[in-house]
Amino acid sequence: MKLTGAQVLCQSLIEEGVEVIFGYPGGVVLPLYDTLPQYPQLRHILVRHEQGAAHAADGYARVTGKVGVCLATSGPGATNLVTGVANAFLDSSPVVAITGQVARHLIGRDAFQEIDITGITLPMTKHNYLVLDTGLLARTVKEAFHLARTGRPGPILIDIPRDVFEEKVEFHYPSQVDLPGYKPTVTGNPLQIKRAARLIAEAEKPLILAGRGIMISGACEELAALARAQQIPVVTTLLGIGCFPEGDELSFGMLGMHGMAYANMAVSQADLIIAIGMRFDDRATGRVNGFAPNARIVHIDIDPAEIGKNVRVDLPIVGDVGAVLKVLNKQLEPAKNMAWFRQLDDWRRKHPLDTDGEGDVLLPQYVIEKIDEVTKGEATIVTGVGQNQMWSAQHYCYNRPNSLVSSGGLGTMGFELPAALGAKIGRPQDTVWCIAGDGGFQMTLQELGTIAQEQAAVKVAILNNGYLGMVRQWQEMFYGKRYVATPITCPDFTKIAEAYCIPALNVKTREEVVPAIKKAMAEPGPFLINFQVEPEENVYPMVAPGAALDEVIEKPKKGGS
Amino acid sequence: MAATKHTLVALVADRPGVLNRMASLFRRRGFNIDSITEGHSEIPNLSRMTIVVDGTATMVEQVRKQLDKIVDVIKVTDITGPDIIARELALFKVKAAPANRSEIMQIVDIFRAGIVDVSQNSVIVEATGDEEKIDSLYELLRGFGIKEMARTGRVALSRGGPPAEKPSVRKKKKN
Ligand SMILES: Cc1ncc(C[n+]2csc(CCOP(=O)(O)OP(=O)(O)O)c2C)c(N)n1
Ligand SMILES: [Mg+2]
Repeated sequence: MKLTGAQVLCQSLIEEGVEVIFGYPGGVVLPLYDTLPQYPQLRHILVRHEQGAAHAADGYARVTGKVGVCLATSGPGATNLVTGVANAFLDSSPVVAITGQVARHLIGRDAFQEIDITGITLPMTKHNYLVLDTGLLARTVKEAFHLARTGRPGPILIDIPRDVFEEKVEFHYPSQVDLPGYKPTVTGNPLQIKRAARLIAEAEKPLILAGRGIMISGACEELAALARAQQIPVVTTLLGIGCFPEGDELSFGMLGMHGMAYANMAVSQADLIIAIGMRFDDRATGRVNGFAPNARIVHIDIDPAEIGKNVRVDLPIVGDVGAVLKVLNKQLEPAKNMAWFRQLDDWRRKHPLDTDGEGDVLLPQYVIEKIDEVTKGEATIVTGVGQNQMWSAQHYCYNRPNSLVSSGGLGTMGFELPAALGAKIGRPQDTVWCIAGDGGFQMTLQELGTIAQEQAAVKVAILNNGYLGMVRQWQEMFYGKRYVATPITCPDFTKIAEAYCIPALNVKTREEVVPAIKKAMAEPGPFLINFQVEPEENVYPMVAPGAALDEVIEKPKKGGS
Repeated sequence: MAATKHTLVALVADRPGVLNRMASLFRRRGFNIDSITEGHSEIPNLSRMTIVVDGTATMVEQVRKQLDKIVDVIKVTDITGPDIIARELALFKVKAAPANRSEIMQIVDIFRAGIVDVSQNSVIVEATGDEEKIDSLYELLRGFGIKEMARTGRVALSRGGPPAEKPSVRKKKKN
């Protein structure tokens, strides 16, 4: 039987196990929207801005491990997706973005709402397609999902002209893809793994640097087995948080610009770094030529192009980190590095994160700690970008994979609310807290409308400091305290929430914090709390831009000299 | 580490946008490309590209690996070394008063080049060879006055043996 292109697309999405589409309609995708009701298995969630659709698909993908799907019309719909696609690209998130395009005979004529979205997204997608032959649509969808979720995941964009949605073709969903130019290396080179085992056996101060690749690969157990059998301390990247329980005594927190002082010291003192599923981002490494000066570096990653890109590597192993770790673990004798562990433990005791405020001041760190307490560390935390993000990373104790969702590579303000929506839709049984900055929240707060319409029980905590806080902090530290364009006014967020029929509270003092969080948790639907926090609180520890990881600035001691 | 010229050979799918993807990558990552040529290969629907990159070994390795990540790029090999045949084609439109013509023809003969067009006061010289040969021919012809020049950039293959860049194009399984 012949199906229209729109039906072919829907059938193909169902074949790929898609259950949710975050989208926004428009002219050229009308034939597709008109077809959607024939496929009630595909739940369409109407966002309020296409950027929100892409972030929601991204958040959905990160917590479920499935491919997230977003949909937009041509022209402005497609360009509105771009930030979200770029965000998914830099954080290796499997997203398939579908855009409508003007009809084939109009392409290249600057038709109404025509824009070259495949050209625009070329450098920020793993691959993209413009479907000019309806007969190839099913195969394209098959390839897109395969590319999005395998190897190093990433966003794929499929641009579909209006008349392709309408043309009838024979539907046949291919069972396999044929991509001769795409063959990710899964198994690691056995010889290299053997060498890694030898380096580990010889090391006196080994350290694991764990990234999100571990969670993407589903290798958290293998990682834990490696760390525990060898007693190797684990430090994570920002996006690696959750791949190893932070409550474990072998967990030494996050490294990098706002990493724990002891984590950064460990990197600087280690004699062997085992970097797994991470990519040596400059926010993580600090000044590259001061990075891990005493260590040999083993780098395990599925993307060969990451090896040696930013940091010299002594022993590369290209492969799926789970597959590599399984083989590696078998080759290792249990070992203990007690002196090294004691050293790190001692640093950890001497450099705790400081959360004390004087008197009544409400510190943002305190808010995060209380959310941790009330949710027993079991919530999924979706953050904005800036100070709120760093405090969320530092002060919540993550013990579950993918329990922190944050825009790492692109650092996209406004990610938090739509991504939290996506996370809640993806894992409705989880408690999802969106930790927002007052600046970032104002970038995408219209998604409160989507949250209200879907009755998605997202709990929103705004850390309202009246500033674009992270930028203000840099101005304070590096630009003579000249606060240019960083003081920001806010509407009454509780009134905004109430206008969307979302209950909300203002919190100004410490005493109110826990009751407010409990109230939010007791509410079956969404809830918003505006925490009026200390305006000029800074994020510490900090490694200044251009400094090496061992040049840590810690929080100035109160009343100190 | 010193920057040297490397010759990369890439087998790519004949699809619209492949060149665009590669060019975008070079620009975005700041890779220094000397020349890039593309034409059909011996395999239907696949083109072979020759890319000359100027850079350190580490940088060229990055170029190779980044190119390899493009889905439409089947395989990229760095064939730099003594065992390659590298050629370039050049066309020179040289000012040629009748009095100069025989001198130009002598030079052309020495270089085993050819004259492919003659007009009132110019000739077009066609030459193939490695870049050095083309460069020295250029130097000699310059004395007469070069009105226009077009060069293709390098095309290259590795010598003898099985081609280093042999693709493993998978046969479609029947089911
Ligand atoms: C879309 C976007 N624009 C600008 C920036 C630069 N930037 C990084 S952090 C920050 C301040 C964020 O302010 P707010 O959301 O209030 O969070 P806070 O740092 O105060 O917690 C800015 C402007 C960014 N990361 N993303
Ligand atoms: Mg703020």
